[in-house]
Order: sequence, then C-alpha cells, then structure tokens
Amino acid sequence: MSEQPQFTVKIDQNKFLPEGGREVHAIVSVEATAEGGVAAAASTAKASEVIIIDTSGSMSYPDTKLRAAVAAAQVAIDTLRDGVEFAVISGSNTASMVYPQHGGLVAADAQSRQKAKRALNGLKASGGTAIGSWLRLADELFDDDRGGIRHAILLTDGKNQHETPEELDAVLFRCGGRFVCDCRGVGTDWEVAELRKIASALLGSVDIVADPAGLVADFQAMTEAAMGKAVADVALRVWTPQTASLRFVKQVMPSVEDLTGKRVESAPQAGDYPLGAWGAESRDYHICVEVPPGEIGKELRAAWVKLVVPGAPGEEAQVLASGNVLAQWTDDEVQSTRINPRVAHYTGQAELASVIQEGLQARKDGDLDTATARLGRAVVLADEAGNDAITAMLRKVVDVVDPATGTVRLKRNVDKADEMELDTRSSKTVRTRKDETLTTPRPGKH
Amino acid sequence: MTDDQNGADPVGAKAAELSCPSCGEMVYPGEIFCEECGHRVADAPPAEQAGTGSAEGRPDATIRQSSSSAGRRAGGRPCPGCGGTAIDADGYCETCGLRQPAERDHVEIELPAAGDGNGARPVIAAGASDRGRRYPRNEDALAIAAHSAGVAAVVADGVGSSQRPEDASRTAADTGAAELVALLDSGEDPEDATRGAALSAAAAVAALATSPSDAPSCTYVSAVTRGPAVTVGWIGDSRVYWLSADGAVDPGEGGADGAREPGPDEAAGPDEAEVSTGDMAELGPSRRLTEDDSWAAFMVAQGSLTEAEAEEHPNAHVITAWLGADAGQVSPHVATFRPAGPGTLLVCSDGLWNYFPAARDIAALLAAGPGAVNGTGGPAPDPGHDPAADPLGVARALVRHALDAGGRDNITVAVIPLPSPTAPQSRIHESTPQSTEQPR
Repeated sequence: MSEQPQFTVKIDQNKFLPEGGREVHAIVSVEATAEGGVAAAASTAKASEVIIIDTSGSMSYPDTKLRAAVAAAQVAIDTLRDGVEFAVISGSNTASMVYPQHGGLVAADAQSRQKAKRALNGLKASGGTAIGSWLRLADELFDDDRGGIRHAILLTDGKNQHETPEELDAVLFRCGGRFVCDCRGVGTDWEVAELRKIASALLGSVDIVADPAGLVADFQAMTEAAMGKAVADVALRVWTPQTASLRFVKQVMPSVEDLTGKRVESAPQAGDYPLGAWGAESRDYHICVEVPPGEIGKELRAAWVKLVVPGAPGEEAQVLASGNVLAQWTDDEVQSTRINPRVAHYTGQAELASVIQEGLQARKDGDLDTATARLGRAVVLADEAGNDAITAMLRKVVDVVDPATGTVRLKRNVDKADEMELDTRSSKTVRTRKDETLTTPRPGKH
Repeated sequence: MTDDQNGADPVGAKAAELSCPSCGEMVYPGEIFCEECGHRVADAPPAEQAGTGSAEGRPDATIRQSSSSAGRRAGGRPCPGCGGTAIDADGYCETCGLRQPAERDHVEIELPAAGDGNGARPVIAAGASDRGRRYPRNEDALAIAAHSAGVAAVVADGVGSSQRPEDASRTAADTGAAELVALLDSGEDPEDATRGAALSAAAAVAALATSPSDAPSCTYVSAVTRGPAVTVGWIGDSRVYWLSADGAVDPGEGGADGAREPGPDEAAGPDEAEVSTGDMAELGPSRRLTEDDSWAAFMVAQGSLTEAEAEEHPNAHVITAWLGADAGQVSPHVATFRPAGPGTLLVCSDGLWNYFPAARDIAALLAAGPGAVNGTGGPAPDPGHDPAADPLGVARALVRHALDAGGRDNITVAVIPLPSPTAPQSRIHESTPQSTEQPR
C-alpha cells in the first residue's frame, strides 16, 4: 500500500438548530483519488480473491447457467493481476475446492490461471444449497492472508435451503470484517432478502443477473473493481460528545446500507464503522446525532468524523481524512429551518429503498392497498431524487396514473425478473443533482 | 497573551466548590453550564473578574484587547462547557464538543487613572465588547487609551459583507487610538487629531485589501476628552451618546415617536467633506452626538421616512460611508462639545443601539439600576449603573441588556465618565493585551 490514494472528507449539513433542537444531520462524502493514476496504485496493493460458484443441482436447469457461471469465473481469473492470491470454490450442500485442489491460495500467473480454468471446465451440478458452508471455507482460505485486500465473489441461483438461517447467521457473524463479498443471484429462483443480508454483512454489493448470458461481463466488472482497491479495511470513526448519542450511520451512496449496528468501540467516545476496502471511488454517508439542546449562539462539534485504517491491537489508527459535524443554536428561523439539500436528497432515497421493499413485500403478501400506496410513494421519491434507473424499473411493476401525486395501479402480470431486479436494486442511489447549492443571505453589516 | 493573563484569570479567582443548582452535580471553576444536566450555572462573565484584578501586577498598564484577531484562548484553561481539559487543535472540547470561545468573543477593558503605584486608582474609562448571540465571531473592535490630558476611545464595527471584517475593525481601532494619543500628545488640536487619526485608520484598513474583491471594511467612531471639551469623529453608523448625570434628556432626542434632534453636522449631507467647525456646542441633557452615515439616516434627513420606519426597513443597516479600500475618499465627521455638567460619553456599535436607539432609552437602562439587569439570572452582583463609580460595570450592564434583548449583532460599548476622576499622567502607556472571555 505504498501508493495510497488521497482521501478527502466533506461534510454537508445545516448546522443551525432552533432553540431546543436536538437532532443534527449531515452527509459525509468520502472520496479517494489516486495520485499518479489508479492503475499504479492498484498494482502495488496486496490482494487475494476467492471465487465461489454455486454447483447445486438447479444450476444445470437449464445447463446454460452452469456453463455461463464457469465462463464468468474464467474471465474473472483472467482479470486478476499477476501475483494476486486466489482460489475457486464450488458450493452445494458443502463446499469443495475447485482450485487449488487441496486448499490454500495460489498466486496468479499464466500457469495457475490455466490450471484453474481447466478445473472449472470439469464442474458438474448436483446437490443442494448451504451458502454458510461455502463462506466458511472461503474464510479459512483467507486466514493465511491477513493484511491485504480480501475479496470474494459469491454466485448462487437458489435459496439457502440446506442449512438453517441460524447457521448462516453464525457464519456471517464470524466472517464480517474478515473479507468483502460481492453477491450475485443468477436466474429468478433465489431470495433477494437473503442475498442482501449476506452482502450487507460482508460489506459487498448485491445484484441480479437474471439472464446467465450477462454473467461474464458482470464478473469481469466485479473483479476489475476488486483489483482497483488500494486500501483494505477502512473504517469511519465517529466521535460524539459525552452527552450526545449517535442515532444512525448509513451509507447512502452508492447504495443505502445501515451501518449503525456495525459499530465497534475504538476510542473514548468514538466507534468505528467498517467500510471494507477502498479504491479510487467516493461514497456518501448520512449521520444523525442527538445532542442536548444548547443556548442560542452556542456551537458544538456534534460529531468528529475520521476515515481511518484501524491499527493492530495497541497500534494507533492511521487517519486518512477528517471532518466536523457541527451544531449551533439560533433564534433565526430562516437559518434553522433550512434543510440541507443533500441531507434531504439522501433522506428521500433511503425512504425510496424502504418503500420499494415494503411495497413489493406487501404485493407478495396479497396486501394490494399497501403495495399500491408504497410503490406510488416510490414513484414520487424516485422522480424527486432524479433516480431514473429506479423510475424505469418501477414502471415495469406499476402503471403510473399521475407521477406528481404518486397515483399508480399495480400491473397484473409482472415479469419475475423485473420484480426481483427492482427489489435488488431498490437501495441503489444517485448523487444529488447538480447546482442544488445553498444560498446564504449575506448581512449588510454586523 | 502575556504574563498578565495569570493575574486576570477568572478561574484562579473563582471558588472551587460549586454545585449545580438544578441537579446538584459538581460544577467546575469557570464552568458556565452544568455538564450533567446542561443547566446554566454561572452568569457570564463571572462576577469575580470584575475590574480590580485586571491591572494587577501591571500598575500603569493601559488595558486593551489583544491584537491577535482570530486567536483561540490560551491553552490550559478548562472547557467552559464541561470543565474538560483536552481541547483539540480545531478549538473544540474533546469531551463535550463545545467550540471554545475565541479571545474576541468577550473582551473587557479598564483604563485606570495614572498613579504613583500606591493606593487605589480610579478607573477613568472602560469598555466591553461581545460576540452577541447570533454571529459566530466578534467583528467589533474596541481600543481605549490615555493621552496626556484625557482619554481616547475608538470603536469599529466590521462590515459583514466584506472580507475579513474582524481584521478591518481591529486595525481601525488600534490605529485610531494610537494615532489619537500620538497627535494629541504632540500638541495637535483635538479636532485635527480626530480627523488625522480617522484618516490614518482609514489608510491602514484600506491597506489590508489584497485585491478589489478583498476589501476588509468597517465603521469607525472616536471620542476624546481634553480638559472640559469632548471631540467626536465618525465614519459609518457607530455612535457616541452623551448621558447627563442629572438624568435630563434632550427633548428633541427621539424615541419611538420618530422625532429627531438636529445633528451637529445638520447642514452637511453625508457625502460632504468637512462637517463641523468645532463650535463647541454646549452639552446639557442626554443626547446622541453623532449622525449615522446610513441609508436610514439619509431617508430620515430627506423626510422620506420617520426614524422608526427607517429602522424597521430592510435597508436600515446599509451604511453610506466606511473605511476600506473600496470606500473612496474618506471624510470623517468631527464635532466638539463642552459639557455643562457631569455626565458620561458612551461610544458604541449598533449592536447596542439597535435595541436602544435613543439617548433616553440608554439613560433609562442606567437609571433603572441593577434591578433591571437580571437576564438569565444567577448570582450576578451589582452590575453597576453609576458610570463615574464603575465604568466597566456600566459597560457590562449595557452589553448584557443588548444580549438579553436578543444579541443579534456584535455589541461594543465604551464608557468615559466626565469629569474624569483624575487626570492620567503624561505618558503614552504600553498596550497590554487583556481580555476576559465569556463563552456562550
């Protein structure tokens, strides 16, 4: 990690609170730009990659799924840069090694890539789905490779039927923070909520690849992104005043992800929220702090946000960037009632994700009134946010009567893939539209 | 800061054992708010800082506020919010997060009469300046100095729409006061000295500009006493009032009825250069001595608006003359008066007069005495209402009144009782940074 990217932390908020006001909201934008080029930075980072391919019996119905998965894994292997330690796992009722045969990780070079790809060609589909066992094996493989960027790709086509939810949860608890895992569901027979839970726990993304033909491009993009990571195990360290409480910490860009429960106490009055690995990219977080009300004119630091690489036990964390979330009480209503546009924007998109998920669940449960109301609200929010991708997906599920009021009718026949796509991607956000900057009235004199 | 700090440190003078009247939790010295329940436990500034300690160990000091404009408090003091001692480089308490007060947030100045070093020396002038409740920093500045035959005080108010207004006001006040003393002690006539000092201040402020778009600006008002006469000079809307000790108020002195007394420079429009020729108008009842260079004053002078209407207007605070690189030709107004009896010169920024525009409003505050000064309560002792006996107490009380009325702007008040309790000795005093801060 000799060529670490340059990190910046930017805070968007309205620090002014009315008399008696307690709740402070802020958007924390974290951006990393590689000095001297992304590629140069990426090529030096120590990294390991485990590819997990579902080989349950359903993968051969139709057989194109397994063939597409094998081809996608082969492309991913080709995308690994030389020297990256890797392995391939196949998963059914249990997990087994595809390459290398007897466990461990192997450095990518021409020969190891060739062997791995050949081993993939021999895969057969049979048995059930026990994702926890697959992840446990991946975790064992990574165990020898602490310190670097640890990334896994998980592909499944079915529900986690051959182990209990408790077994899966136990594995997720163990693996959380140990490696990042991007999850993909192929076809339409898998469970969106289940895969989302796995991706959330392992700080990865979740997406649907309804058509197996799309897998190759998707795996290539995922692997490229993993190779672009330059810093492993970044965390958001949030300090709050002794008298304050942190209401929530959410990732809001590129997708909505509640991090509140991931807090690890790290310093006096401070906790770390693990963010996984970071490349040349930017992500936004929404922080809400509750502070005791102060006198008019008093100014507080309501939160001190630092991007850190936590050190080993007893070691100082490396601070990459930091920013202040402030609170100041005022009797000027013009100041205290102004809502920061970015806070509003992401508040709306967080609501968008939840109304879509609630609406689709209600639809499944046969509660059509709730489904109509939630998805109608989603149409309005998606439009307000300028989230055109979600608007397009919503229109495959509902007929929009009036986009302004959110009056919609549920479509009678909805393609399963369209519905799952909307569900899976409901938490994907877009950045604030341009030019929504604050205009502060300038006093004539004071 | 200097070693004087220790002598004036409010913390050192404060009782150690205190508890919050609301929840009973221990309260640390210097703490304004209870950390446990947030109850306000001390009125600020703490009464123990009052006057007497401020010149300790430096008997001949002229006391002025620090000229380091944006500096935070010196290290080592506990956070006034929670008593925590860890303050980070950004100036926030690492325990409760409170932004630590800047040195300029609350400043108090006392000018003792010159003496031979033994015995109590009366205070011949005092002032207080406060950030107020609304603005994040104090862009007013205050300087008080003694010259060989009297006192010179300057108040400057940074123009909020300009760049670095706090630098402009600091520069104007320091330059103006130093020039006044130098010119008067070199034998200049008070009116010439007032004009010269204002022009020097104007040049110094103009020199702060780094580009046409970066022109720090401020208002300027000075008052000097020499012998039986007082001379005032101003540019902008900071003011001087005469408060007669007998309580009489000039009948022409407008209150809310919109009446308006003829200014000393009545004949001259705001844009004209030379205003007063020093006709030594006699000062009887309380009245305002300056005429604002402001849109409001202009409209009133034109008869377009009443004073009350003008003050309510959104343009009320638009000034028509100021110091700064973008000010064009600066023409200070100068006027001289001869008090008929004892009284007080009050030099102030609009942070005070916004709430108490008429001389009779201010006179009423002082006449009401300590009983009227309650504010947020607390064990505040007699805040002073007799300018001759306690100039700083009066300055503080007036600042407190403006804070209690809303504190929408920075507030600065200088108080010069006349006749002066004793004449200061004939020397230019070394300036010593001296401030007592008040967090809020």
